[in-house]
Amino acid sequence: MRPIFAMFVAEHLVHLSTVDYAIIVFYFALVLTIGWYLRGKANTGEDFFMAGREMTAWVAGLSFLSANLGALELMGWAGSAYQYGIMATHWYWIGAIPAMLFLALVMMPFYYISKTHSVPGYLKLRFGEPARAVSAVSFAFMTVLMSGVNMFAMAKVMQIVLGWPLSFSIWISSLTVAIYVALGGLRSAIFNEVLQFFLIWAGALLIPILGLYEAGGWSNLKIQIAQRASQQYVHLWAGLGSFTTNPMGIHWTGIVFGLGAILSFGYWTTDFLVVQRILAAKDIRSAEMAPIIGAGFKMLVPFIVILPGLLGLAVLPMKLTGEASAIASGAHSYNDVLPLMLARYCGPGLLGLGITALIAGFMSGMAGNVSAFTTVWTYDIYRPLINPRGSDHHYVNMGRWTTVLGVLISVGTAYLVMHAASIMDYVQALFSFFIAPLYGTVVLGMLWKRATGPGGFWGLLCGTLSSISMWAWVYHDPSALRYVALSPNAKVMAQDMYQALWSFLVCVTVTVVVSLATQPKSDAELAGLVYGLTEVPSVGDVPFYKKPLFWAAVVIAVFIALNIIFW
Amino acid sequence: MISIWFFIGISLLVNGALILAAGIYQLVNPPAEINIQLFDLHANMWWGALLFVLGLFYCTYFRPRRS
Repeated sequence: MRPIFAMFVAEHLVHLSTVDYAIIVFYFALVLTIGWYLRGKANTGEDFFMAGREMTAWVAGLSFLSANLGALELMGWAGSAYQYGIMATHWYWIGAIPAMLFLALVMMPFYYISKTHSVPGYLKLRFGEPARAVSAVSFAFMTVLMSGVNMFAMAKVMQIVLGWPLSFSIWISSLTVAIYVALGGLRSAIFNEVLQFFLIWAGALLIPILGLYEAGGWSNLKIQIAQRASQQYVHLWAGLGSFTTNPMGIHWTGIVFGLGAILSFGYWTTDFLVVQRILAAKDIRSAEMAPIIGAGFKMLVPFIVILPGLLGLAVLPMKLTGEASAIASGAHSYNDVLPLMLARYCGPGLLGLGITALIAGFMSGMAGNVSAFTTVWTYDIYRPLINPRGSDHHYVNMGRWTTVLGVLISVGTAYLVMHAASIMDYVQALFSFFIAPLYGTVVLGMLWKRATGPGGFWGLLCGTLSSISMWAWVYHDPSALRYVALSPNAKVMAQDMYQALWSFLVCVTVTVVVSLATQPKSDAELAGLVYGLTEVPSVGDVPFYKKPLFWAAVVIAVFIALNIIFW
Repeated sequence: MISIWFFIGISLLVNGALILAAGIYQLVNPPAEINIQLFDLHANMWWGALLFVLGLFYCTYFRPRRS
């Protein structure tokens, strides 16, 4: 029987059967059912925007990870593993684990005790309205734009992989997300993210298992990669002593200080898209355990993302290339490696599950963007700046309509990108401008009681402007990268890391200087917001194996062991 | 309130059943042209069975109960 969806299909990578389409249709039906079921449980502001603050550690932790585990993340990093080798794993290990544990053990108590609805909300409590306004407006603006860019990129993937028209993918996925988030609020987004987490693993896990079987195990895989690419492709740290001895063209200082100490801390501890999931935890122990659970699973993600990329190097008969040369030559690009591996091993049913995993990954990222945008717009822009006297019911309605509006703006951005592809580069770069300085502002606010409102505001502003300036400098004169990354041999991957490092330092320096020159708040005003002036509540009288500190120690031990094993 | 784990169980159960059925069908009626690697392992059959069993466990253990 000819599947009904076949009418959309043109040239594409994989061919789906009826059972594959049945799995995809069932997925859409299930996420909409969950949204419909939860519609009656999102009637108050706390319910709609904060999921009633009653999520368990497991639900909050898996949703925290799932919001980050988008389809582009899966496909992009599998492509990076093919291009750069196992070094791409740094973005999952040193580029995530220490930051997630820091969030759990150091920063989460302050977010949680302050009962803030958002990260900009914390800045309001700590530094005042100007800092919140800068952070809320930039976050809301960037979140919907990023969502649109991701939407376009995902539609493009569906066009290449399945032959679906761009508009079909954009509208079907965005309307589904709009419906289930508008109906059930953050609780619906979180529930679906946990479901999507399971689907991503169920759909992607078989590729590395079968790939390792075909390659003859890890040892044989390393030999084949060394023959077809280079010995450096299977070492995490060994080639990082110089910019010229590794495929990424980066130095270990960039990985450790730029990625590990600044970029990842900025993303995992201050990006409200992920932090919002933890704020919905039911108690302080769950709020601390959730990022630790997320970190535990984050360490495993390279198995379904990086390993397929490495396996592609060894077993795929064709040579993949960069995007530009792939378009020119009609060959496959690095980013096609995951769908190619999927098509290599997965027959009817499994193929549908794999494609569903990609769709689920995309939708979980989009739902994360939309729910975070809705909360920041309603609580940090609309309520303080436009209508401070609305009822709780009014703000919930505003949240529902903002969800729909946010999705429509994202769709508009997707169409804009469709007609002017260069916008995509700008938007992706713009997002990175805010992360590192925001981390500097938040962490100083939490750990240094002398930091003042004007210090926080000017530090955030100057850090962000310095980041934009460095990006513009390198954009107009690519040779300037040698100054930003401190080496004439630095390659493009090094830029983000050093840019983040310098903008963080600018933010911290300006915050300290301005704070020392201005009047600090009293200790009483800072209670519950700053380390040393806040009594952090105990996680309760629980056995040691239920304490967050114990599991954080386990995660860090495994993290160290993995880095040594794959050194 | 229905647990999220119950919904996950439903998802695994249905997907597992569909994939298992597709795998059994391919075992009984092998395609004339095999265009995937390691076809002989019949991965869709045992992977589908695994998801089905896992889904059955989640559906049973987290089924909605009267309070």
